[in-house]
Amino acid sequence: MALLQTCGLKAYYGDFQALYGIDTSLDAGETLAIIGANGAGKSTYLKAIAGLIRGPAESVWFEGRPIGAAPAAAIMRLGIALVPEGRRLFPSLTVEENLLVGRYGRSTAGPWSLAAIYTLFPALKARRNGASATLSGGEQQMAAIGRALISNPRVLLCDEISLGLAPIVVRDLYDALAHIKAAGTSVVLVEQDIVQATKVSDRIYCFQEGRLSLAGRPAELSRDQMHRAYFGS
Amino acid sequence: MNVWADALIQGILLGGLYALFAAGLSLIFGIMRLVNLAHGDLIVLAAFVILTIAAWLGLDPFAAALAALPIMFMAGFALQHLLLNRTLGRDLLPPLLVTFGLSIIIENGLLELFSADSQRLRAGSIETASVSLGGGVAVGVIPLLTLASAIGVVLALNLVFYRTSLGRAFRATADDLEIAQLMGIDFSRIFSVAMGLAFIVVTIAALYLGMRANFDPTIGPERLLYAFEAVIVGGLGSFWGTLCGGIIIGVAQTIGAQLDPEWQILAGHLAFLVVLVLRPRGLFPRATD
Repeated sequence: MALLQTCGLKAYYGDFQALYGIDTSLDAGETLAIIGANGAGKSTYLKAIAGLIRGPAESVWFEGRPIGAAPAAAIMRLGIALVPEGRRLFPSLTVEENLLVGRYGRSTAGPWSLAAIYTLFPALKARRNGASATLSGGEQQMAAIGRALISNPRVLLCDEISLGLAPIVVRDLYDALAHIKAAGTSVVLVEQDIVQATKVSDRIYCFQEGRLSLAGRPAELSRDQMHRAYFGS
Repeated sequence: MNVWADALIQGILLGGLYALFAAGLSLIFGIMRLVNLAHGDLIVLAAFVILTIAAWLGLDPFAAALAALPIMFMAGFALQHLLLNRTLGRDLLPPLLVTFGLSIIIENGLLELFSADSQRLRAGSIETASVSLGGGVAVGVIPLLTLASAIGVVLALNLVFYRTSLGRAFRATADDLEIAQLMGIDFSRIFSVAMGLAFIVVTIAALYLGMRANFDPTIGPERLLYAFEAVIVGGLGSFWGTLCGGIIIGVAQTIGAQLDPEWQILAGHLAFLVVLVLRPRGLFPRATD
């Protein structure tokens, strides 16, 4: 049985339909990459799983339970944590408080403690009592990942963690992601960078204008196929 | 010169009372951006609750207020949970209208139940007890306790806000409601707990209001005005700022009264306007607002 599944997932912003029936499946321990151009519905897909956009209960399943209608706070407590697009750290909290608030709703024992997160991201330890706004973009991204990770989620949803960051920082973040995966967390990764996505993922879904345009294992998909699925040409 | 020193000291002590009026307002606005127009009437309501408990059980006002704390916490939680949470959203108008209506309902409900007669919380000999500071200046024990309680409330609120996981959740919710939910924070519950805490502060404010002077069901709106002024002078979101704001309004009032008894209230409002002109965001605004 799949750990996390979407079945005909639709999402709307008012009258505008952003997703037109998305079927995806994530097994325990797997990493999925969701790729696609801007506006393809990738972030909407993550928000719908995390409960920030709610729909019929049967459109999202987690550990055999329908959760599509559940509020975000309840979904987080089940063990699905979202690293939101644009980091979105809490500006009036220090770096360490940003990490600690991540386990407010769920403090399940597991590999990810405050100490473990500081080991994974040593840069954060040095800045732990500083305001989150004083961090660099890469450090903010680390804090946002740590904040989601500290609740020891079963599934980590990451929305464009490499956006706007220098290649060397992106490499560090993806190294960290490999550690997170090795510690047993399943990951769903939204990424615009196809090369990065194919390297780390077990399976790839390509979105185009709110619909799935391609799905498969990275090794089975050709560059050309992905290019066409990505741009629709 | 002694009359001015006396006016200054009495003003600082009066500021303690205004800070107590304001702290609950500051707490609620800081967390959920809700402007509670019924705040003054809630203080009066709490004074009547203390009065009723004191009369029924034959307790002194301090014991009656202690007994009222859990009741008021639950009342605040219920008010937020059942009514005010439904008014919050992108639009600022619904909570204003609902709390304005609540203010009228509380005032008229109290008039119906307790009549317009002046009431007082009778505390016995402590009411007139005073401590001499030397040089002919003496301060009342109740005003001194008022200021000490105001400082205690500010310390306690800061402790909750900056040293507990609940406080982190309060600040995270105030920063970013959407992302706070991703931390497993049920914001409607957080808001209800915050209103419960505000009601505890309201009850402490009501205790001193009722012991220092007479009160009747109609005095709420004027307390709300002083509370607003204290919060805005202090800067939104800072409890120490609110305490300073209360003291500034209090000192301005007693100094004004010393110049001419008719100037007491006016001097407080003028001090408020002067601060607004010089520092439109208040004296200690939170950097992130």
